[in-house]
Amino acid sequence: MRPGEGLVHFLRAAYARAYVRMVGSFREPVWLITDAILPPVGMCAFVLLYRALGAPPSFEALAVLGGILSAFWINVLWGMGTQLYWEKQQGQLQLYFVSPVSRMAILTGMAVGGMLATTIRSLVGIALGFGLLGVRVPAFDVGMLALVFVVSMLALYALGMILSSAFLLFGREAWHVSNALQEPVYFMSGLYFPLRTLGASAWALAGIVPLGFGVDAMRQVLLGKDARGLAPVEVETAILAGLAVIFLIGARLALAHLERLSKQEGRLAQRWQ
Amino acid sequence: MVALAGVDVRIERGEIFGLLGPNGAGKTTFIKILTTLLFPTSGEARVVGFDVVRDSQEVRRRIGLVSGGESSGYGILTVRECLWMFAQYYGVPSRIAWPRADELIAVVGLEEQAHSRINRLSTGQRQRMNFARAFVSDPEVLFLDEPTLGMDVNAARKLREYVAHWVREREGRTVLLTTHYMAEAEQLCDRVAIIDRGQVLACDSTPALRRQVQGGQHVELEVRVAGPELDLVLLSGVHAVWGAPHPDRGTRALKFRLPPGEVLGEVLRRLESQQVQVDSVSTRETTLEDVFIAIVGRGLEDTEVPS
Repeated sequence: MRPGEGLVHFLRAAYARAYVRMVGSFREPVWLITDAILPPVGMCAFVLLYRALGAPPSFEALAVLGGILSAFWINVLWGMGTQLYWEKQQGQLQLYFVSPVSRMAILTGMAVGGMLATTIRSLVGIALGFGLLGVRVPAFDVGMLALVFVVSMLALYALGMILSSAFLLFGREAWHVSNALQEPVYFMSGLYFPLRTLGASAWALAGIVPLGFGVDAMRQVLLGKDARGLAPVEVETAILAGLAVIFLIGARLALAHLERLSKQEGRLAQRWQ
Repeated sequence: MVALAGVDVRIERGEIFGLLGPNGAGKTTFIKILTTLLFPTSGEARVVGFDVVRDSQEVRRRIGLVSGGESSGYGILTVRECLWMFAQYYGVPSRIAWPRADELIAVVGLEEQAHSRINRLSTGQRQRMNFARAFVSDPEVLFLDEPTLGMDVNAARKLREYVAHWVREREGRTVLLTTHYMAEAEQLCDRVAIIDRGQVLACDSTPALRRQVQGGQHVELEVRVAGPELDLVLLSGVHAVWGAPHPDRGTRALKFRLPPGEVLGEVLRRLESQQVQVDSVSTRETTLEDVFIAIVGRGLEDTEVPS
């Protein structure tokens, strides 16, 4: 293999897998409704509730941001976590294992495709929150927001990569566990309220999924002190970057373990086994 | 449980090699090992000179796999996009992958469906697409595991012709085929290995295998019996197997080879004495199925007559 050929192959494969996600998002009208329009409904409810209670305007912005980011968590949980399990059920996983493609390229493609598709879908939430409901935020550092967003997404989707291997290893049980965790994670991540409200335990809770630190840091960039942040933005961003690295390494190890198991026992790659 | 034991097979470059065996014989395990999906617990296997365990990545670059009845691809993609996507997984540049996808779509006769979403294809069309998928990387070795399962007769024939053409036209291309259709193996394969209970019982060209069981007559009777199966006594040295029951006529096929010197009339008389009514009698040339029955003791979907 020529130098750089491996990287080109990796990028081609990741692009092809991301393409499925991107195209899929716009070819199925039902998905547009369930993935883009329904998730911001809860967000609107929180904004209207804070408004009715006469809460400071920053609370409304806080709820809008939480609502937008919840779409990413749903995507990670169901679009990433369950994916390899479904690939196995379809008989697709076997074809990945037979091909020379890097397994990390497949996961990267799933993550990038899911992230981009969800970002586009989240425009609906932005339009609803900042457009229709008229929620306002003060001037903020766009570059910093972009940085925190990208690092948060890296950590979040790297967690999704680990989940996808875990789902496959434990099959339906992990699927049920994840199903049961969806709402608690919303709570633990403080999607609709400042995480600091939970007190000292907030640190531990926020560390479970990167969403908590991500939401908190982005709120601080948008709202400053009004965001009632848990820790300085720089600290939270550094923690998120660390989590991203740990999760990526974890995902690679989990996938290698999975493939080894599959070859030893011959039961993970095919849907009837 | 031992799935394969002492299998020692060498498949030459440019060969179409068939693997015949009943369910559970070890065919899929054999293919799984060669396609790097399963570690052998002992022994070694090489594909294009590369060890399937140590050099699995080199092996994967050179192989393609089609399993009958698989539903690969994402329903949301079109046939053309799906073939392109798999080409990307093999590192084929898009400028080569798109024209190759179009070429293969024509080969499998899916031109009208090229821009249709996969989830709108019929089972047979999807199977044809899966077949095309295996060729997008232009593999050196192609593993076809029951590739024509679920296809109509014409489509299956066209694909067999394409496989033969592909091996002939491209030097050094090799195919390993497993199939339940004896005629498919007979038509396509240069050599056939008969495998049962994890062991290769015979391995040779089909004419050579036929010669092993030539002599005498291959007889197929259509009979009516009182029970589902009977412990029939035919003649010593005559080994018979039951075919599947006829769905409408309520009869069953009874197949056996009558050794030279024996007379069919004697067999018929013995059957009559055992209250077995014979509706029809046919004799024919030795087929691969006869060879299979002679070696394994039963047909692919038959049951053995207890002796």
